[in-house]
Order: sequence, then C-alpha cells, then structure tokens
Amino acid sequence: MPAEDHRLTTREMAQFVVNGYLRFDGLVPKSINERVLEELETIHAAKMRQAIESVGMDASGFPEPPPGAVRHPESLTPLSECYPPPSVVGEMLRLPQVQGVIESLVGTDPRFDHDFVHYIPAEHPRGQHLHVDAVIDNRHPSFDIQLFYYPTEVAPGAGGTRFVPGTHLRHTRAEGVARYQHLLGEQQYSGSAGTVLICHQALWHAGQPNPSSQDRWMYKIRLNPQVPQVRLWNLEDFDTMHNDARDHTFAHMRKDSVAQILRTMLPWQQGHEVRYEQMERARLWRYLSGDEHFDVDFYHTRIEGRTRANAENAR
Amino acid sequence: MKRQQILYLWLAEGALDTATIGWAFFDGATGAGPALPSSEPPYPTGVAALEDGWFMQQSPSPYVLHPGAEHGTSYLPNEFVFERTVEI
Repeated sequence: MPAEDHRLTTREMAQFVVNGYLRFDGLVPKSINERVLEELETIHAAKMRQAIESVGMDASGFPEPPPGAVRHPESLTPLSECYPPPSVVGEMLRLPQVQGVIESLVGTDPRFDHDFVHYIPAEHPRGQHLHVDAVIDNRHPSFDIQLFYYPTEVAPGAGGTRFVPGTHLRHTRAEGVARYQHLLGEQQYSGSAGTVLICHQALWHAGQPNPSSQDRWMYKIRLNPQVPQVRLWNLEDFDTMHNDARDHTFAHMRKDSVAQILRTMLPWQQGHEVRYEQMERARLWRYLSGDEHFDVDFYHTRIEGRTRANAENAR
Repeated sequence: MKRQQILYLWLAEGALDTATIGWAFFDGATGAGPALPSSEPPYPTGVAALEDGWFMQQSPSPYVLHPGAEHGTSYLPNEFVFERTVEI
C-alpha cells in the first residue's frame, strides 16, 4: 500500500519499474463506483459519436449529450482543471489516494492527454490483439502513465483486460506485438469494484471478449508529466533501499535493496534475456532516482568504467 | 483435402531445446485437424514440437547488433515457426 500521505514508497516504485504497473484493489469507494456509470455512459456516447462521425458514418445510435452533461477535457488541460465538480469522474481523480499515486509517477498536475471509456457489453465475442497504445516512443526513460479504473466487479473469466507484466521497457511498435497470442506470465484482469491499475504507457495489453452476462466498464486516462520524474514519491525508505553500484549478484549482493527488486525474473524472461531487462530497469531507476551511477549487477558500470579509463588515458 | 497449421514458438534462447516462453497457433483446417495439447505452453521446448510431428519452417537469425544499441530490447528474438499439414 502507498505511504500515509498516499504517495508511493520506494519499494512500490521499484516494483513499478519491474512490472510496468501497480494494482490497487478497491481503491475507489463504493459511493463513487455506484454513481460514476451514468457519467461514463455520457462520455462513452460522446466519444463514439465523434469517432463514427469522423469516418462519415451514421452516429445516431449515440445521442448528443444533454445540456449541462459532463464534457471530456481537451488535451493539454492540467489535470486539476479536468472534470470540475460535480463530475463523479473528477471526484474519483481528486481522491487523495489516487492523487498520491499519480503525483509519485508523473508529478503534480500532469497534463490530460486523452481518456476513453471502454464499454464491453455482455457476451461480446471480439477482443483485441496484444498492442501498445499510441506509437513507439524514443529512448528517453521518461514515461506517461495510464490509469485504468474498473467501477464494477470483473469476475475471473469475464474477459478483463489482458496484459503482460514487464513488457513496458521493450522498444516495439504499437501493433508489432500482435503476433504474441500467449506469453508466460500474462494476466487477465479480474477484481472488485473500484480497483485501479496504474500502467506505464508502453505496457503490452489488449481488451478481451466478454463471455459473461454482465456488461463491463473501464475508464482509462493518459497523463503526461510536466516535470522531470525524479524522486517524486515518498522518500522515507529511499536511503535504506537505494543501493550503489557494488550491489552485484556475483560479488556481494544485498537482499533488501532496489537492485534485488530489479533482479526479478518474470516468467517470459528466462535465459539471459533478463540481464538486458535488468539493464533497462537500471536505466529507468537512474532517471527516477537521479543517481547516474546506479546499477544492478554491474552491467553498466564495467562498460562505463572501461570507457572512462580509456578516455582518461587518451588525454 | 490438405490444410496447413502454423505454430509459432518463442523460446528462451536461440536453441531449439530451450524453454517455450510464448506461442501462437493459426489453424488452416479451422478445427477439423488435431488441436494443440491443452497444456500451457503447448510444448515445453521446440524439440517437443518436433517430436509431436511439427516441421520447422524458420529459425531466428543471430542478432544483428548495431553500435550503440547493443543492449536495447525490442521484439522477442527467438522466434521459431513450425508447420503441420493435415488431411481434412
């Protein structure tokens, strides 16, 4: 669970670096979950109407929102100005426990990128291929987050979002991962009403068919940081957990450090592949912690040491 | 009538006898031919697929390493493609 001030702990941040998501079961209270569906229906209809009209098709199945209805924000709107009261979506986004998680990852008042309401009616037969949202990013370790909010219960086997933990650091095109029908360790979301997943924007995921007799709702919002994402979380456990480059599995290894979390081998990362994952995780932790010398098992350090030694000798 | 079944296996390393970490199946016989084993993954290694009658059509080339990008990760590298022809 997050710290008392609702920001994430160092341990949770390291887990986010490994898995590309954090899960908070029942984070949003029942009082919001029960009132938000009407508003999600309005947002869904507006978005679908816009999408269908944009390709010149008949959108009459999605009515115009009534006067005074909630209106989704424009891109670049500061989050604090999105969905003002009495919006229930805004009430959810302004919950201290939601704000604390957002602030830890992308800072105070990130910009609204876009949102979407994923409505999958009961017994809907079609699902998506595995994909990454938007387009391939550059190599800078900064990232957006996507908040997935499930206002109703999703039972096991009811077709909740499929995702593959740990895939967010692989540099792939959005649809290029469609070829992977199954990967070891993949998950299919199920959980109680009010559960929130906070995901790195590059996590491989896919909407699934809904074989159940219950309609499925999920609200997704993408947020862009406006500040460097450096040490934004609750740092009370930082000094005890953050290790230096000597934490090396083939020399002396700590068992209580960030490096130990970043060594996690996920089921699809067998063989030597996990070493390259560790290098990518170390790059991201260097950015998040502001420590350019951070390392896990010396992979960066030995290469950088040789480069530095040769540069010094060349003077 | 002959139809083609295609099986992709992504293995942990570049050798056929390493562990399966991912898979995909495309059935040109639309269910009229034999199905995959129900275990997950369907075959523990690429060799196990050969032993069950699959013929390998493609194995991955060794990595092409570009200077400055030696450590980056992208698509899963060890992709093996198998074919099985079935009579329906």
